[in-house]
Amino acid sequence: MRLIRPLIITVGLILAWQAVVSLTEVPFFILPSPMLVAMAMIEHADTLLEDGLVTLGEILGGLFLGIILGTSSALVMGLFRPARQWLMPVMVVSQAIPVFALAPILVLWIGYGIGSKIAMATLIIYFPVTAALFDGLRRTNPGYLDLARTMNASRWAVLRRIRIPAAMPSFASGVRVATAAAPIGAIVGEWVGASHGLGALMLHSSGRTQIDVMFAALLVLAVMAVLLYFSVDRLLRRLLAWSPDSLPSND
Amino acid sequence: MTATDPIQSDISIHVDRLTFDGTMLFDGLNFALPAGKWTCLMGVSGVGKSTLLRLVAGLMPEETAMTIKAPESGLEGQIAYMAQDDLLLPWLTVYENVVLGARLRGDEFSPGRVLHLLEQLDLLRSAYDLPATLSGGMRQRAALARTLMEDRPVVLMDEPFSALDTITRVRLQDLAAEMLRDRTVLLVTHDPLEAFRLADRIHVMSGRPAVLFEPIEPAGESPRDMRDPDLLAGQAELLERLTRSKAVA
Repeated sequence: MRLIRPLIITVGLILAWQAVVSLTEVPFFILPSPMLVAMAMIEHADTLLEDGLVTLGEILGGLFLGIILGTSSALVMGLFRPARQWLMPVMVVSQAIPVFALAPILVLWIGYGIGSKIAMATLIIYFPVTAALFDGLRRTNPGYLDLARTMNASRWAVLRRIRIPAAMPSFASGVRVATAAAPIGAIVGEWVGASHGLGALMLHSSGRTQIDVMFAALLVLAVMAVLLYFSVDRLLRRLLAWSPDSLPSND
Repeated sequence: MTATDPIQSDISIHVDRLTFDGTMLFDGLNFALPAGKWTCLMGVSGVGKSTLLRLVAGLMPEETAMTIKAPESGLEGQIAYMAQDDLLLPWLTVYENVVLGARLRGDEFSPGRVLHLLEQLDLLRSAYDLPATLSGGMRQRAALARTLMEDRPVVLMDEPFSALDTITRVRLQDLAAEMLRDRTVLLVTHDPLEAFRLADRIHVMSGRPAVLFEPIEPAGESPRDMRDPDLLAGQAELLERLTRSKAVA
């Protein structure tokens, strides 16, 4: 029932894809047909799987590290005014630099392996996560804080039992953005310099005019990213069941 | 250990001068809350009723020139607060919301007491539900339960029932009157009927800077019967005083 719509969309996209290929007679090295890509996927299944797992590892590693660093930063800034005053300008400046421009530097410093890709993904999501949590902490309903004050709560108790839970919906938005952005970091890192991973595979197969393999890798990446996003979204919605959607439909 | 016998001392406050947004709200105001009685504060919007309540609650910044003349030990830890918004934390169940104070302070509490309170307020069946599933009246009852759980001698209520429909409001007034009977209560309200039903002493606040008129002291015990002719007459007089008071907005 709920799966039918995405299924129809997917089938529709594939049909549209096939239609474009058939009608425009575009050469296979520009846009291969769905059939060719499917065959490439079967033929190179083990490579796709291996590289897929590498990229997935980079994405998850970046997400994990980025979320931990972002959360810590936001908490520190929320608790200590000097931290706010010194860290905030640094963070804003760091966002002004296009993160992709740092990719070659990271590969230079950290190497060709997955470390530099994890670092890329971490860098991309650090600011959105920090900003989302910090914003949530800042915007606690003042009524709650008044109530806590009359109850003689300590600052720590207020942070732990009121500010942090109240900030979770905002934080969740940051995590969603991070989940969508992390794959970008991983792939860009791979393009700049890597021997494993779906991004590397795309680049190398393009170099060898194996466009069908390139598209196959792209498809696997797309499916992976979409599945990851929906899993994270489901998880967040379950954890935040107390904060319902105010929009009527629930998909 | 929370006080089970309320402070039986009057509260007396002096506000030196309080400016808000460029206007002088108070300039040498004396205000008294008789012990164990309900005092009601009324006045037009913007005159400073909520501000005065927040001052007493200790919710205004420290620089405010207010002194507590009595009790000498001050009001720290003696206050329970109820606002127009029920302020129930949406991620906690009703039960957890009721014991919020104890949790924040790290105090022990008696689960039996919580359940007993919930039963008295007809919330036992919703004890483990989230606030979002409750009606407005139920939510304010939960807020009342939380207030009672705090077991403080002084209770400050800022228009706690004004967001409710009339019938629910009357029921909640009755409940509150009964359960907070011997506490020192400061009630800010817009509703003359509510004031007359519940208060032992009613002050109308008026002017800029604000002054308090001579209090009206309804006879009889609260909650007073709405059909009582004295109550209706008193309400009319109150309404007249309010309309006579100067607009400040």
